[in-house]
Amino acid sequence: MSFYEKMHGIGNGMVDYQFNCHRPGFMSADYNLNSTSAMEPTKRTTQPSVTGTSVIGCKYLGGVIIAADTLGSYGSMARFREISRVMKVNETTVMAAAGDYADYQHLKGRLERMMISEQVMDDGFELPPQAVHSYLTRLMYQRRSKFNPLWNTLTVAGFKNGAPFLGSIDKIGIAYEAPTVASGFGAYLSQPLLRRAQEEDPQKFTYEKARKTIEKCLQVLYYRDARSYNRYEIAIIDANGVRIEKPKACDTNWEIAKMVKGFE
Amino acid sequence: MFPDGNYGLGSDEISTGTSIMAVEFDQGVVIAADSRTTSGPYIANRVTDKLTPIHDHIFCCRSGSAADTQAIADIVAANVELDGVQMGGLPLVKKAAEIFRGYCYSYRDSLSAGIIVAGWDPKEGGQVFTIPLGGMLVRQPFSIGGSGSTYIYGHVDATFKKNMSREDCVKFCSNSLALAMNRDGSSGGVIRIAIIDKNGVERRALLGEEIPRFYEG
Repeated sequence: MSFYEKMHGIGNGMVDYQFNCHRPGFMSADYNLNSTSAMEPTKRTTQPSVTGTSVIGCKYLGGVIIAADTLGSYGSMARFREISRVMKVNETTVMAAAGDYADYQHLKGRLERMMISEQVMDDGFELPPQAVHSYLTRLMYQRRSKFNPLWNTLTVAGFKNGAPFLGSIDKIGIAYEAPTVASGFGAYLSQPLLRRAQEEDPQKFTYEKARKTIEKCLQVLYYRDARSYNRYEIAIIDANGVRIEKPKACDTNWEIAKMVKGFE
Repeated sequence: MFPDGNYGLGSDEISTGTSIMAVEFDQGVVIAADSRTTSGPYIANRVTDKLTPIHDHIFCCRSGSAADTQAIADIVAANVELDGVQMGGLPLVKKAAEIFRGYCYSYRDSLSAGIIVAGWDPKEGGQVFTIPLGGMLVRQPFSIGGSGSTYIYGHVDATFKKNMSREDCVKFCSNSLALAMNRDGSSGGVIRIAIIDKNGVERRALLGEEIPRFYEG
């Protein structure tokens, strides 16, 4: 298969797949197995199935925090309530995904295999968060260009050489780095809160302040996002490495319910 | 999900409409399913066996398109048998589940298959893995699936307890499926049960009067 053919997703269809499916590094998800005719570029925009909602993150002095709840929704149903959407990529990087969970699992497997290949080279080099972000951007854009996107919004967070990293990539390959990121509902509800807290005094934005802001945002998301769940995972990446904490729940306050009677 | 209301199946495509479930217990797993296969509103088979062996100690419960799930189960069973021979021992349940997932994920746009893989292996004991539409894979202490499962989410959440005994698990399954079958038009017939542990598979069926009954107003 020529490089041109591979990049443009054309080839001999099923014949190609048959001969290449045992090759190391083979990814069946790159082949259009759903096409019935050979020589046809991938022409399918998949629909998401089990999905995760918001992921939020912010940098602070000396590190970065990201958080996501542990829910996989099946349409409006809260179907899988104990799944993790946050993965440790390596000692300096974490990735979290909103959107289709099966596509997240595909990416997780892909990154894990890539990290093993890296380790096997045993040259002391480990992909920094910027490289992971760049790799995922290329991947998401390539899939979008084949009309077969990975239906996710990814958040990459890390800490390398004394500097925190935080980036976002969406399913059509739009990618950027920012001091605060939020996907899904979080983009509407949490992003303003995170930005305001951080921009107030960026030089004094400590871990405690960041953590408090993130937890406040998670509480707001639980109050207002109908596809959220009150069980979340927080990942903290700093000079000491990656720490993904055990799942916790937010405190909630429903006192205002007592003030409301009838239609108002 | 499927705005046409038929789970993405063709209007007369044969479906294992279904209520299926699987529960882990200390020494193994209990799996259970109804026995109705429909083609639209017609019951094509009222005594179907939806509990499909993949290997000696690994079974799967199939829901969705009968053709899709049978085809995949056949291929996976062949792969798992080969794996058992190559590895020189009982295949791992997780391995079987991951092979299932590989197909369900790669062909996600063409398939209508919701599968529960459950079994026992010497390494991890009893395990239940769920592969819903879309092709994700997750291990759970118990899992329910199929169109009938929607009616019993509340019941199973209220009734499930950790560390149930073997017979408690059987009761949990038979009560849950009885409720689902009574409400879901695509589920019915008999309740087929299989209990898988280190000694192998014990198969049971609850027929007619043996099926638990609840409020029927």
